[in-house]
Amino acid sequence: MSERGTTSWYGPLDPAPDAGWTEAPPRKGFFTDTSICIGCKACEVACKEWNAVPEDGLLMLGSSYDNTGALGASTWRHVAFIEQPKALGPQEAGFAGTAAGPPGSDVLNRTADSALTGDRTALGTDSSRLEVGPAGLGAVDLGMPSMTLPGSVDGAQRTDFRWLMASDVCKHCTHAGCLDVCPTGALFRTEFGTVVVQDDICNGCGYCVPACPFGVIDRRAGEKGVTKNAGIAQKCTLCYDRLGDGLQPACAKACPTTSIQFGDLDELRERAEKRVEQMHAQGIPSARLYGEDPCDGVGGVGAFFLLLDEPEVYGLPPDPVVTTRDLPAMWKKAALAAATMLAGAVAVFVGGGS
Amino acid sequence: MNDRPAGALDEGPATPGAAEAVGTSDPGPAATAVVGSGGGRRRKGGRGRGERGEQPMVPPAEFTSYYGRPVVKAAPWEHDIPAYLFLGGVAAGSSLLSAGADLTGRPALRRTGRFGALVGLALSMIALVRDLGRPERFHHMLRVAKPTSPMSVGTWMLTLYGPLAALAAAGELRPFLPPRLRDGRLGRVLGGGARPAGLTAAVVAPAIASYTAVLLSNTAAPTWHAAHRHLPFVFVGSASAASGGLGMMATPVSEAGPARRLALGGAVLELAVEHRMEAAMGITAEPLHAGHAGMLMRASKALTAAGVVGTALVGSRSRAGALASGAALLAGSACLRFGVFEAGQASARDPKYTVVPQRERLERGGPTRSA
Repeated sequence: MSERGTTSWYGPLDPAPDAGWTEAPPRKGFFTDTSICIGCKACEVACKEWNAVPEDGLLMLGSSYDNTGALGASTWRHVAFIEQPKALGPQEAGFAGTAAGPPGSDVLNRTADSALTGDRTALGTDSSRLEVGPAGLGAVDLGMPSMTLPGSVDGAQRTDFRWLMASDVCKHCTHAGCLDVCPTGALFRTEFGTVVVQDDICNGCGYCVPACPFGVIDRRAGEKGVTKNAGIAQKCTLCYDRLGDGLQPACAKACPTTSIQFGDLDELRERAEKRVEQMHAQGIPSARLYGEDPCDGVGGVGAFFLLLDEPEVYGLPPDPVVTTRDLPAMWKKAALAAATMLAGAVAVFVGGGS
Repeated sequence: MNDRPAGALDEGPATPGAAEAVGTSDPGPAATAVVGSGGGRRRKGGRGRGERGEQPMVPPAEFTSYYGRPVVKAAPWEHDIPAYLFLGGVAAGSSLLSAGADLTGRPALRRTGRFGALVGLALSMIALVRDLGRPERFHHMLRVAKPTSPMSVGTWMLTLYGPLAALAAAGELRPFLPPRLRDGRLGRVLGGGARPAGLTAAVVAPAIASYTAVLLSNTAAPTWHAAHRHLPFVFVGSASAASGGLGMMATPVSEAGPARRLALGGAVLELAVEHRMEAAMGITAEPLHAGHAGMLMRASKALTAAGVVGTALVGSRSRAGALASGAALLAGSACLRFGVFEAGQASARDPKYTVVPQRERLERGGPTRSA
């Protein structure tokens, strides 16, 4: 098991053999290609269903179509949803500079008509043209309730925009802070190179929670005996049970666009490199991989991503480093401080006086 | 500990830092929050006490976040943990004082130290077990020994230290036993074992006082981690000041000289290194000045400084002066532990303290690489 062998604290390595597994299978992981994520949240649902993760609130967050918010003890997949006033590469939404209006309003119907018929000059404030109206497609008012106060944004200008969607998950780091700090051995390295909590060992000390540089793992709230695994640290297991039976994790299985790809990490990295090259060739220079580098601050992750913007836009740290890297230096300082205290204590007695 | 709201959904309201980040900026998608001297943190934190004179520690920084949400998670720890930081420090310093008193013939100081260590340790244990999500599984800590886990290292140090400190304290009970027991085997064990136990405990004690700094620093909480070069010295200083203060309070003035000197040395070390620590931390020092944590840190500095002055001026002259100075030092130490604890938690809840230092690092030297 993970307690066996001497594990290295930092730098590139293959984690399963490093943890003492002999004849470990190739390291498994996820490549999440966010450029083809459609934000359907099937991964969130599949994960909850397969792993029997309890409900964790049904609130509206009011920030975007993401009402999950963040990864947590009862959220092992989280689909981020970001709306930005930017164009996605050469793609044009075709609405930049056009008039804005509430859904179902005349001004918006005319805008949509004009965009569809290509009659760009009919848009905006040219009221004489608007009175005439665009020929062809007439948008029909279905009498649907509008999302905003009628007329509240009339006259405003629409901007270019894009939607970014990304399914976040535990990174299964090569150097996992959570696993390093776990004082019970409840967190362990599996033969697949993943990091999993043993529910019957964890005593809920909570140390793994602040140790994770990605803010993934959390202690599950709730009453013992009422909520499953209450008081215990919980996170994605990369469906350890399914992997053992030769199946792929539930989220990857449920993903309708293959945004979540499961496989051998080496193969996934090759595939991802090709995908980035392809996207750059298509005129999307912002496409970049996140977490695939085995020499990064966490030794590379098992679940890496293709992103279309800076990591922090998705709520990811731009340059994560496992805290264990600095631990040898910390132990040295602590030893020096302890020696200082001991010397001070000797001095106050030897120093004479009353 | 279990009243923390469930799951991710409730993190918004529970994270004031994140709310502020949104509040100071365009709340639009992936808002770019502009922070600095005009930021909401200062406005909100400003209750008219010393806030306005403060200069921003770094130039205004721009950063992006996912709707102002935290990147890293705050520890699910309640006040049991800072209480333990304080009590463990008192216990460790008290063990040192009692061992020295034992060797130099100061029975009253020895007794104070041994009881102080035992009480501090016992309360520490209660706090540590209470804070677990599953307290009934506390003994799972003894399954493994891991140098990568400061909590595991601390567990084993306490396992070694606890019985020693308890045996040393038990020796003090010998005179109170009925004559038959006092002169029997139990009495002999207590009498003979107290000194070696107390001396061994004193050798382990400084490590108990300093490792708790590593416990906090070995995390991704920005303020705790950025403090890692200085925090062990701040904590041993704080432990010395607190245990010296306790020694002064519970020991006659004539015997309390070493306690006064330990308190003075510890308090000066704590104040000096804490000052240097803040200067070295850049933007991550901000949570040490803001909100509740800032109030605790200011209280800590004032109490510790008052304790130093009191100890130096009246600590050796009057019992009342020793009591007041000792109490100020103990309170100052407690405020420091709670202040550092809360500052770290606040730094985790505000994405600014995770994103900005990492961005600065990237701009200075590119991504962190191990090879």
